[in-house]
Amino acid sequence: MSAYKIQTHEFDMVVVGAGGAGLRATFGLAAKGLKTVCITKVFPTRSHTVAAQGGISAALGNMGEDDWRYHYFDTIKGSDWLGDQDAIEYMCKEAPAAIIELEHYGVPFSRTDEGKIYQRPFGGMTTKYGEGPPAERTCAAADRTGHAMLHTLYQQALAHDAQFMIEYFALDLIWDSSGACCGVLALDMAEGTLHLFRGQGTVLATGGYGRAYFSATSAHTCTGDGGGLALRSGLAMQDMEFVQFHPTGIYGAGCLITEGVRGEGGILRNSSGERFMERYAPHYKDLASRDVVSRSMTIEIREGRGVGEHKDHLLLDLTHLGPEVIHEKLPGIAESARIFANVDVSRQPIPVLPTVHYNMGGIPTNYHGEVVQRAGDNPDHVVPGLYAIGEAACVSVHGANRLGSNSLLDLVVFGRSVANRCAQTIKPGAAQRKLADDACDKALANLDRLRNANGNTPTAAIRLNMQRTMQSDAAVFRTSKTLLEGCRKMAEVFASFEDVKVSDRSLVWNSDLIETYELQNLLYNAVATITSAEQRKESRGAHAHEDFPERDDANWQKHTLVKVDEKGKASFEFRPVHMFTLTDDVGVVPPKKRVY
Amino acid sequence: MDAELKALRWRCRRGTRELDQLLGWWLEVRYPHAPADLRTGFGGLLDAQDPDLWDWLLGRGQPDDANQARVIHEIRTRDRV
Repeated sequence: MSAYKIQTHEFDMVVVGAGGAGLRATFGLAAKGLKTVCITKVFPTRSHTVAAQGGISAALGNMGEDDWRYHYFDTIKGSDWLGDQDAIEYMCKEAPAAIIELEHYGVPFSRTDEGKIYQRPFGGMTTKYGEGPPAERTCAAADRTGHAMLHTLYQQALAHDAQFMIEYFALDLIWDSSGACCGVLALDMAEGTLHLFRGQGTVLATGGYGRAYFSATSAHTCTGDGGGLALRSGLAMQDMEFVQFHPTGIYGAGCLITEGVRGEGGILRNSSGERFMERYAPHYKDLASRDVVSRSMTIEIREGRGVGEHKDHLLLDLTHLGPEVIHEKLPGIAESARIFANVDVSRQPIPVLPTVHYNMGGIPTNYHGEVVQRAGDNPDHVVPGLYAIGEAACVSVHGANRLGSNSLLDLVVFGRSVANRCAQTIKPGAAQRKLADDACDKALANLDRLRNANGNTPTAAIRLNMQRTMQSDAAVFRTSKTLLEGCRKMAEVFASFEDVKVSDRSLVWNSDLIETYELQNLLYNAVATITSAEQRKESRGAHAHEDFPERDDANWQKHTLVKVDEKGKASFEFRPVHMFTLTDDVGVVPPKKRVY
Repeated sequence: MDAELKALRWRCRRGTRELDQLLGWWLEVRYPHAPADLRTGFGGLLDAQDPDLWDWLLGRGQPDDANQARVIHEIRTRDRV
């Protein structure tokens, strides 16, 4: 593989990804005196964290009584008892300090009349362990919270002399012979040159893999690169069967129509114009919870009552509300529907589809952000030199279902936690681990193969097959039969990657090659997801299994670990859910039925 | 495809799916026939912050640069057939 020249750069810490988690870690590591580089395929303030407008949760108690222990309880209940309670304790307890820090760094949080950080209610956030009124716990910087955080953290990272390698694509993790991660091989997309970033520690902060599905709210850039890197290195991912859906994404466009539309009287209809939610949720109808509405919509489509040429979506009808109500109560919606569906909502319904919104699963870590795997009897074996944070990771604080405004919190708390951990465990300027001469050969072989791939199926065609398969068989509606069928189809799609065709042979701005790498990453994530879903014989949180409609704590209150080999074959192990806390400040919350 | 166009294509990768689609549309459909001043305007837009782009595309305000504003106008009034 000597045909490829590699430039080597040595750092204490290498961070892959520049969303909220990656930037918080990069800044924190640099501030601790560690020489840190952040590698990112898109410009930092264009990461998908931008899309997080809702806000960030923390029990500051600025608007009324609140306590981090209430937040802890809500998060465990939201997770349907699959979240690790030590990690949830850590996140909720650290949340107020993390928010105050962000404020000091310059995030312009919206304020109350008294000048305190303003907080709003959010679904699933309550007081008094679910017995009290809704909690006002979510802080926001107008409707730009995610962007404000990215902007502030990027400035802080630059101020602390962190280095940024922008428009560099991470090809593969590089390992030494003892199984320690030594850094990452990356492609400078503008120059077409290869760079090995050596680090005592490598942090994966690459976000989710929503693009494995046909309908996802994710930006194009959300291709699960960290999961792909980890799986291709032979590591196991955790709880990949848990994928959160939003009921009303615009068909074909993916953009969200907020829940508020149904709150204002919007009605879902099928191909015969029927208000079908009356059959599934006679009391709440269109206002039932996200997972219930999404599942009902999916059943309508599967039973042939969808609309459109492929009968593959439904309609959200606002026409009865009248232009004045729409204009007054839902101004942005009318404009969004006009731009993305060419629909005048006062005269026509909006085509909608349950849409992938968040991946609860990811690379398993402890609450320090250190990647863990099962090694024999030890379910918490730390992988030397490798860390993961944010949506790429599974700490696990979201368990089987994430609460709104807990994702931004996850980013900053665990981005900060990695930095604190590494400040204790890594010595600035210490020697790098020894690498064998052929350490990069496997990565280069993959590059060479993809670059020269001359099969018969274009990248986009394989991607579409994967997205349609995942949408049809690994979405909201899951039965033993559909999941098995989906696993079979995904195996075929995975195998078809052998026949991929890349037309551009250059290395400079070769988006064809990069998209093929991204597809490879997505395929590994997709197989991990659908096979994990197939083997979990219960319903919990976002995983609703029609043949096993109840949660089964005796057999299934455990984390799934899934590996995917080069042929796309999945294998499984399990880790126990952490039913213990870090301190005596709070008690373990035993499983109960999850009702709201 | 020349390197400049390929670079622009990558920089249409934004933080939200909505922006990916709107900017990607202009690049695929309009860029090949667009005059130089509009191409320059488009390049300028790609350097803007995502929330500003979103506001402009929803019709809340517009960029100061006339060429950028024309591209925004084209995206807002595109033919969706």
